[in-house]
Amino acid sequence: MRELFRPAFWASAIAALVLIMGIPMVSEVYTLYNLTVFAVLAMLALSLGLVWGIGGILALGQSAFFGIGAYVYALLSVNLGDSTLAVPAAMAAPLVVAVLVGYFTFFGRISDVYFAVISLTIPLILLSLINSASGPAYQFGKAHLGGYNGIPAVPPLNMPFDPSAVLSFEGMYYVAAMALLAVYLILRVLVASRFGRVVQAVRENELRAELLGYDARYYKLGVFCIGAAIAGLAGAFYAAWGASVGPTVFSLAFTAQAVVWVLFGGLGTLLGPIVGCFLVQGLSTWLGSVSRVSPEIALGLLFIVAVLLVPNGIVPSIRDRIRSRLARVHGGRP
Amino acid sequence: MSVILQTSDLWRTFGGVAAVAGVDFELREGELRCLIGANGAGKSTFFKMLTGQLKPTSGRITLYGKDITRLPSFAIARMGVGIKTQVPNLFNGLSVHENLMVAARFGMSAREAADAVDAMLERIQMASQARLPVGSLAHGHRQWVELGMILINDPRLVLLDEPAAGMTAGEVERTIALLEGMRGKRSFIIVEHDMHFIRRIAERVTVFHRGRVLVEDTMDEVVRNTEVRDAYLGSAGTKRAAT
Repeated sequence: MRELFRPAFWASAIAALVLIMGIPMVSEVYTLYNLTVFAVLAMLALSLGLVWGIGGILALGQSAFFGIGAYVYALLSVNLGDSTLAVPAAMAAPLVVAVLVGYFTFFGRISDVYFAVISLTIPLILLSLINSASGPAYQFGKAHLGGYNGIPAVPPLNMPFDPSAVLSFEGMYYVAAMALLAVYLILRVLVASRFGRVVQAVRENELRAELLGYDARYYKLGVFCIGAAIAGLAGAFYAAWGASVGPTVFSLAFTAQAVVWVLFGGLGTLLGPIVGCFLVQGLSTWLGSVSRVSPEIALGLLFIVAVLLVPNGIVPSIRDRIRSRLARVHGGRP
Repeated sequence: MSVILQTSDLWRTFGGVAAVAGVDFELREGELRCLIGANGAGKSTFFKMLTGQLKPTSGRITLYGKDITRLPSFAIARMGVGIKTQVPNLFNGLSVHENLMVAARFGMSAREAADAVDAMLERIQMASQARLPVGSLAHGHRQWVELGMILINDPRLVLLDEPAAGMTAGEVERTIALLEGMRGKRSFIIVEHDMHFIRRIAERVTVFHRGRVLVEDTMDEVVRNTEVRDAYLGSAGTKRAAT
């Protein structure tokens, strides 16, 4: 809770709020449309940044929770015609899956590498399942799973318990951006809390944490579940934003994308995954509009340059540079 | 004084080789016991079984009358046991202050922990290095940080595996002074190779040899024991221990 009393915390929150409120005044519709989905995807990146960067759990299949959230939102909102209950359900469903997966892996003392492989298989299994789930046998109320075509006509977000008050295009932007800011600030408080400190301690040395009396399994399970719920929320917004959801959210390419965002922005920070996601997605979108440049080749070259110049990611590199400059200014005291 | 820790016919085998072979051991309240033995004598395996890092093949371990044979490390630590492993086990990416804070926050509120950390930093004479990441410290200082993390929660029983390893002569003296200051107030089991260190602090010494307890006596009696001399100390060791 000490984080809440730090001026820097509130200063960054107010700055982000001003930025969020100001962008629609100067942006075109197309830009705002893209920024909305970037904010949604950044929430997925943030969830992976928490689980992997802070918790030290390499959850390569984090997108599975995103996809589960998206599908649960789509199924419920299509059936209920209201997003009010669909959003919390989209967070609860991945949470339940994370509890089950986490219980058997962390309490079964599965090693980190095996966990990474196991977690990667989850979206791939779901991809295979959903791809083959077409036809009338896979109808849930008014919604069809739709196999590789996915679920079309997913309702957008609406005001709580008022399906007629559908959020406008701009409203969706505000919800996505504010949700990202809220999740980021909550996680900052969480990381600075006793729970967060122990999670980082477990990441650094699980044996030492246990020799101090902490049951590392519960802390790993806790952070994994929180990450799953955040990814589920992002998935729900993704389905609402795009008005559809397809099995590509479980694909290897989508899973790998989240890993790239986190690595590019900076592992071990909360801001890094957000920055990484916005930069990579922004660049990818821009390159897609420039017909003479292949986006894949350009992004590949960019990643090579990034690995060589900022191997720790953009945010940690900038932070370290600022700290060393401050240390020089203050005569060796950072 | 009452017995607080007891092992009965404790065995641990690795692929048919017995690293610990039927050890019966007792530690009394307030006692400081040193475990010595040549490499491969079984003392570290025995230590790991006491701390829950290894499960015995057979036998029983009781602590304060409770069977802890199959308990995990964190459950044993929660019974008021401070554990220092052979290689310094620290949170390398965190600072000295943060390491101590994580340890203190196990049993204290944030305010109590902050005070306890400040006091411990003074006690281990590392206040000036509080903000440094422990990964950047010298081996001896890392040993001190780990000792601080163990002692900050005021454990009733302290288990130390080679606490003086890699320390300078001055650091060893400071460690001895730290342990002397707690003598009688807590119970200790210390695995150590440094005979000078043992000679200075030991009340009773348990000598391990080929997975069994060879001798259990005062340091003076141990160095006079011919079996020990043959098995571990040798004539050079006897001279070293006597100085």
